[in-house]
Amino acid sequence: MTLQAYVILSAAVFAIGLLGVLTRRNAIGILLGIELMLNAVNINFVAFARFNGDPAGMVFALFTIAITVAEVAVGLAIVIVIFRIRRTIDADRLDLLKG
Amino acid sequence: MTRLALVALTLPFLAFLLLALVPPLRRRGRAAGLVSIAAVGGALAAALALWRVPVGAPAVGVWEWIPADAGPLVTVGLYVDPISQAMLVLVTLVALLVQVYSLAYLDEERAPALGRYYAYQSLFAFSMLGLVLAPNFVQLFVFWELVGLCSYLLIGFWYDRPAAARAAVKAFWTTRLGDVGLIIGIVLLWRATGTFDFATLFELAGGGRLPAGLALTMFLIYLGAAGKSAQFPLHVWLPDAMEGPTPVSALIHAATMVTAGVFLVTRAFQLFAAAPAVLALIAWVGAFTALLAATMACVENDIKRVLAYSTVSQLGYMMAAAGAGAPDAGFLHLLTHGVFKALLFLAAGAVVHAVGTNDIRQMGRLFRALPQTGIVFLVGTLALAGVWPLSGFFSKEAVLAGVWAAHLRVPFLMLALTAFLTAVYMFRVVLVAFFGRVEAGGHPHDAPPPMAVPLWVLAVLTLAIGARLALRGGETAHPPGWLTSLSVGLAAAGILLALLMYQVRVVSPAAVSRALAPLDFAARRRYGIDALYGALYRGLLLGFSWLIGWIDRYLVDGVLNVLSALTLRAGDRLRRIQSGQAQDYVYGVAFGLLALLIVSRLWR
Repeated sequence: MTLQAYVILSAAVFAIGLLGVLTRRNAIGILLGIELMLNAVNINFVAFARFNGDPAGMVFALFTIAITVAEVAVGLAIVIVIFRIRRTIDADRLDLLKG
Repeated sequence: MTRLALVALTLPFLAFLLLALVPPLRRRGRAAGLVSIAAVGGALAAALALWRVPVGAPAVGVWEWIPADAGPLVTVGLYVDPISQAMLVLVTLVALLVQVYSLAYLDEERAPALGRYYAYQSLFAFSMLGLVLAPNFVQLFVFWELVGLCSYLLIGFWYDRPAAARAAVKAFWTTRLGDVGLIIGIVLLWRATGTFDFATLFELAGGGRLPAGLALTMFLIYLGAAGKSAQFPLHVWLPDAMEGPTPVSALIHAATMVTAGVFLVTRAFQLFAAAPAVLALIAWVGAFTALLAATMACVENDIKRVLAYSTVSQLGYMMAAAGAGAPDAGFLHLLTHGVFKALLFLAAGAVVHAVGTNDIRQMGRLFRALPQTGIVFLVGTLALAGVWPLSGFFSKEAVLAGVWAAHLRVPFLMLALTAFLTAVYMFRVVLVAFFGRVEAGGHPHDAPPPMAVPLWVLAVLTLAIGARLALRGGETAHPPGWLTSLSVGLAAAGILLALLMYQVRVVSPAAVSRALAPLDFAARRRYGIDALYGALYRGLLLGFSWLIGWIDRYLVDGVLNVLSALTLRAGDRLRRIQSGQAQDYVYGVAFGLLALLIVSRLWR
């Protein structure tokens, strides 16, 4: 496996994640899209660390995983609160900031 | 010597400070009056003591005020010479009598108002004394404005009367118009000579070392004097100033402040002498003012306004004398006039106080009801009409002699005619008010002692000054022999005409006014001068305000409205891209980043 393959995989996962974030109407789906994007980054970190022989990238990946967990916890908590208040988690209807 | 002058100057100021800074005292009214009277009494004592000191050269005491590299630029101080000595006595004397008189005259005022009155009176006495003692033009100007302020405050003493408030503003505006000229003149004079000091300026003038081309400067300074001394065409404020309490009219608008202009011309006569054209103008304007005001006095029915026009007329006399190169005669007339005109005003105040109206047509037979007031009023009238041997006769003759000696034939004729008219209008008042056939309303009675005593003091002084001048003889002026007969003849003719018209009733006043119909018409309307100024003032002010309003409403507001409308519209457009949906923003971020990446690639 070449580095290029990892990078392409990473880019593909990132694009899929971004597509999910942009197009999903369900807030949970958007959160999943964000997860995918973050994990694409992790793939990048690990791949470059492996091919460059520098373990710092792996450490960063661990950090990212930890932060991702926190982010999902906070994100889901927000979604639950929104659901309790608005009885919906449809992103199209959450437009209180409309100018 | 300057110490005595300083005492006279500071006492009224201390009284003013006391009344201004200690409200409980001021609100006591009568007590405040006594403080003020005590202060001005002390000032009078100092002035009298100072008067007894013979002065050779003017004594000057100065302190630095505005420092500059080469010696102080402006000083404050005291300038004591025979002119200021005499003025000090006149001012403090009349001020004292007027303040005593006011205690009774303003008896019915509320106590705080009376305290306010006395605070103003003290401030006025201080300002007038400071003006008289000023050793340079800057100090003179400062006190000049202060007396103007006091005049404004006292004319508007009954500020809840619209007429009084208007008159106060009118007086302030009109005199301010002249004062603009005065301050420009002072600065121009400073630029030409480099000094404000009278002593230095007189030294220059004495040595003939004044720079040439001072005509405009002196004209501007004269403008200030013309405003203060109510010379045509700035005379309109003085008759209206009669809206103030009568004692104020006596003190400020007859005896002291209005003579400040004459005082200025007398004080700076050596400087004016360097501009003969301005002097001639002063003489002509003075004589014209005297005649104009005398004709208006003839048709006026308000007793105080008759006296006001008479004051304008006599100020014209003084100015004419000064302009004719006889400032001493003018100054003598200033002093004698100050005494007997204060007497006339205070007596008129006693009449008004007793009858409750200013209109002489509603008075009559007052001589029987108010014998004391009648006698002193008659003394004042005779003095004003110029009957020998009262004080007015001598000073008026000196003025006429001075104008004759200057070969000013037309002004001389105007002044002679004025002398005749003066006798007519003054005796008209006396005959109608004191001997007329109309029964005055109410129960008029003579004034209480605080009012009567000042009247008698002034009447006796009028007689005494006359006697003194009669005994001294013509030691200064040498008038042509016929002048005395002319002067007495004019007075007698005027009195005779008034008798024929208003007492014997051989000549009908209505017939006289018909015969002089155009003049009568014009004089009753004050020659349209007030109306003209009113129209100008209103026209200019309203026109200017309209213009300013238009600019503000359409130019300034227009620009602002366009700007705000643009902002609003732009904001409305921009508002629409804020959909409130988080995903739209993420679109923005994603495509923005993409765009940045592409651009950074292409840029390289």
